[in-house]
Amino acid sequence: MSGKLLYTKEHEWVLVKDNIVRVGISDYAQNELGDIVFVDLPSVGDTVEEGEGFAVLESVKAVSDVYAPVSGRVVAVNEELEDSPELINESPLDKGWIVEIEVDGPAQTGDLMNEQEYAEYLKGV
Amino acid sequence: MKQTPLTAKHRALGGRMIEYAGFEMPVQYTGLVDEHLTVRSKVGIFDLTHMGELELTGPGALATVNFLGCNDASQLQVGEIQYTCLTNERGGIIDDILVYRTEQGFLLVVNAANTAKDRAWIEQHLQPETELVDRSGELSLIAIQGPKSAPLVEEVLGLSTEGLKNYTFVEPTYKGVKVLLSRTGYTGEDGFELYFPNAFAEELWDAFLAHGEKYGVKPIGLGARDTLRLEARMPLYGNDIDEETTPLEAGLGRFVKLHKDFIGRDALQQQKEAGLQRKLVAFTMIDKGIPRQGYPVLTLEGEEVGVVTSGTHSPSLDHPIGMGYVPADLAKPENEIQVQIRKKLARARIIKGRFLA
Repeated sequence: MSGKLLYTKEHEWVLVKDNIVRVGISDYAQNELGDIVFVDLPSVGDTVEEGEGFAVLESVKAVSDVYAPVSGRVVAVNEELEDSPELINESPLDKGWIVEIEVDGPAQTGDLMNEQEYAEYLKGV
Repeated sequence: MKQTPLTAKHRALGGRMIEYAGFEMPVQYTGLVDEHLTVRSKVGIFDLTHMGELELTGPGALATVNFLGCNDASQLQVGEIQYTCLTNERGGIIDDILVYRTEQGFLLVVNAANTAKDRAWIEQHLQPETELVDRSGELSLIAIQGPKSAPLVEEVLGLSTEGLKNYTFVEPTYKGVKVLLSRTGYTGEDGFELYFPNAFAEELWDAFLAHGEKYGVKPIGLGARDTLRLEARMPLYGNDIDEETTPLEAGLGRFVKLHKDFIGRDALQQQKEAGLQRKLVAFTMIDKGIPRQGYPVLTLEGEEVGVVTSGTHSPSLDHPIGMGYVPADLAKPENEIQVQIRKKLARARIIKGRFLA
């Protein structure tokens, strides 16, 4: 998938192609979490609600939810993360993607931040 | 929030600072896993200045230590150290501490979060002719832990550690001032703890880093301190032990000396005679998932019977491990239990001994 990444305030990124939204976490977020050693993924077919935790990332020390930036149905999960959770640290924006969510109709991304806006947002975190 | 004399050093080293027991402390620098493995394979240094140091002196010092702690300090020689628990009337653990027998009396090294509570408890139960001085504010503590800790300590302090056995200490001078060096630690590795006046903190910290460079020394945060102690199956106060758990339940029975009188003795005697209801066990996960403090423990049949008190992904084993309380009849090595991890049940196996070979 290609295109421009958009960011949430909870530090997820989304990449929208038609009605498929790919979701991962930002470089800032992976750095904050530290070495990720376990990823609890949803199942393909699960429905997720915007704002709801749909996956769990665990570092050695902490457990963190990943929140759904949109509502829809999980159509793909990054199964490589089951054996290689470190992909999220090494390649958060690419190989460390987490799920793809199919939305009904066009994805609502109006309140998400672009790269520059997210960089500004991080200054205040 | 209190700081230690090394707070600026931690910041300069890129330490991620958090509040712990009222102190601003580094939870990690380069990364928890890297720091953990550094201690296992090389050597790491820790700022543990937040720990409390309470000194008991006077003719009644021994009687006080022995009345408050479940272990027997009467046979301790000057230069020896003993692990003990301060227990309440119910046998619950007020704190787990180290007792250093010094020429002047006893130095009690207590958990940072418990310093004020312990001090009040001890003051309340001081035996005649005993003085208590809280030296926490004037003493700094650096731990040097790992297989390369001995040569590093020898270089920095200019002494030999060859004759210094585990759980003993010496009081060498550093720049004309007496310091205290013990062969103790909370990592399961060979290691040392060095107590000294705050004024030397920055220069000693820098000296350990400079002399340790050739050994691959790194500063270690509280995150790795927790995973190191858990792999070594050492209990953490507030997680695995507290005022509602007894040393017997926590597997610390070898430190409980019922032949002498101390607060909680009768309760512990009674518990021992009646048989334990629950025991602290260590377990390793069979199914996927990381156990965490507070997660329910169930039997294979699905009955909730206990709780996880500590859990992590072991950096050395690259595998999830934990500790928790289970009914005594279930607390046998090789027995399988289940841990509820979010909505799933994951099987785990109780182990004997520590996690590391």
